[in-house]
Amino acid sequence: MKKTVSIVICAIMLACLFSGCGGGKAAKVVNVYNWGEYIDTDLLEQFENETGIKVNYKTYESNEQMYSVLKQGGVSYDVVIPSDYMVSRLINEDMLEPLNFANIPNYSLIEDSLKNMAYDAENKYSVPYMWGTVGIIYDSTVVGEVDSWSALFDEKNSGNILMFDNSRDAMAIALKYLGYSMNTTDENELNKAYELLEKQKPILQGYVMDQIFDKLESGEAAIGPYYAGDYLTMHEANPNLKFCIPKEGSNVFVDAMCVLKNAENKDNAEAFINFMSGTQQSMANSEIIGYTSPNKEVGDVIDIDDFTKGIMYPDGAALAKCEAYINLPQETLNYYDKMWVELKS
Amino acid sequence: MKKNYVGGKIFAALTYVFLYAPIVVLIVFSFNSTKSRTIWSGFTLNWYKELFNDSLIMSSLQTTITVSVIASVAAAVIGTFAAIGFFNMKKNWRSPLLLVNNIPVVNADIITGVSLSLLFVSVGAMLHFELGFGTLLIAHISFDIPYVILSVMPKLYQLDRNLFEAAQDLGCTWFQTIYKAIIPEIMPGIINGLLIAFTMSVDDFVISYFTAGSSVQTLSMTIYAMTRRRISPKINAISTLLFAVVLILLVIVNVRESRQYKAEIKKDKVLKGVLE
Repeated sequence: MKKTVSIVICAIMLACLFSGCGGGKAAKVVNVYNWGEYIDTDLLEQFENETGIKVNYKTYESNEQMYSVLKQGGVSYDVVIPSDYMVSRLINEDMLEPLNFANIPNYSLIEDSLKNMAYDAENKYSVPYMWGTVGIIYDSTVVGEVDSWSALFDEKNSGNILMFDNSRDAMAIALKYLGYSMNTTDENELNKAYELLEKQKPILQGYVMDQIFDKLESGEAAIGPYYAGDYLTMHEANPNLKFCIPKEGSNVFVDAMCVLKNAENKDNAEAFINFMSGTQQSMANSEIIGYTSPNKEVGDVIDIDDFTKGIMYPDGAALAKCEAYINLPQETLNYYDKMWVELKS
Repeated sequence: MKKNYVGGKIFAALTYVFLYAPIVVLIVFSFNSTKSRTIWSGFTLNWYKELFNDSLIMSSLQTTITVSVIASVAAAVIGTFAAIGFFNMKKNWRSPLLLVNNIPVVNADIITGVSLSLLFVSVGAMLHFELGFGTLLIAHISFDIPYVILSVMPKLYQLDRNLFEAAQDLGCTWFQTIYKAIIPEIMPGIINGLLIAFTMSVDDFVISYFTAGSSVQTLSMTIYAMTRRRISPKINAISTLLFAVVLILLVIVNVRESRQYKAEIKKDKVLKGVLE
């Protein structure tokens, strides 16, 4: 008796174990992996109602985190939305599926300047989701007017300067200031940029990422590089803050929607990408996120004041000097790692 | 003596300030009209409204609660039976097994998470399943069980050794003995274990992160993913609500307990009066 009961209990437990994992593949679904706080969640419901495709939506906090999750296995995302350089890395490692653009008619609405970017030169794998620029955010009452990266290296601003706390973004600024490409692999140029960062270190208040919001809003620091869309939220709290895209040019980032290799729901994934590229949807996202929509109609119809528009939709002349990241060869990445450890120690 | 007394009061006050100041700040800024975490710019209930409109936060909250409830109840059942089993073992078996039971409790979450993830991925490749709600739930049940066992064991040691035999003498089968005599006696331990398991599950980030797969996400994972763009005050709002719920529950439990206590004292007095 005792034995039978324990065997039955074990059997039930095992059954529960496997019933939880199997199944659930019959319905139409699409598994989406996107940045945190990077969508108007009403759109997900709208998409489900319009297409009958259920969206399993998950979020990540960095390109690298997303990459490691994909590599770890055991997951089956269909759509991922990495940034430019990560798109090129995924392409290089053969992790993306070429898109069938016949299923994505809204691709025609994408701004031409954002097509065929260096990270996906033939534009076979990606559709831009949001984009924006990096610029200098500064308190003009403390550091005066700024139009060049030189302000970040100027000793008169000593103690008030913030800098990106990651090697790629920090180096990009130094490289741009020196007039080089931010995707350079030339060791000579990289060394010069590194020397510049080394010289800058003593006059910095610190290397930061999202702490920059609090520091600039409260006036604890007065100048630092960050994203245009995020400048707008800082400006709400501290109206003294101004934004500029430096005259040497800057980084333009694009987060683009891609379909993973061997995705089970490729058609649904393309339907999702098409839906998100629509004018209404892209505008709703842009309003919630505060970054710029790649849809060329949005800039004309979006209901924002001129000040916001000037920041979010910069003119072509400023953009012409901007560059997007591409994935660097392993050798250069190793150099970045080594140099960053040395710089920060 | 008097001076010490004042010092003690200050010390107690400081303790409470350190414990609760962060929560007060969190609650205050859930009503702030901008996203700033440092500057107060006016009162608003906007974040609460946005919170309920955010289907991602709501669905991850639902996932967290579903997983925690199922996992803690399952762990309470499994853990209780395991504890009864351990208790009835010979001592030279019991001690090493209890030691093994303690390892997951003191082991780093990250190791539990990674190893479970590796196990699920490799077994999943053989049996054709993927990481998902099922694996998340199994992971939670497995790390919850040791806590239940730990809180049930002491109750078993307190049991009267003769209870088993007494129940069986009175005609109980072995199952009825457990169900009618043992379980009611160790119930406080089970409830305690269940509550600890529940909080552990709600709290967990690391293990969930490695075992949740591509279709589900718990609240802690959602919050973590927000850190690129700075955590939204919606999270302050939901934390405030969770805090309020816990506070209200605690107040209810305490009021009930003190009422029961008072009722018992009254009963005692009445009984005494009758006897006298």
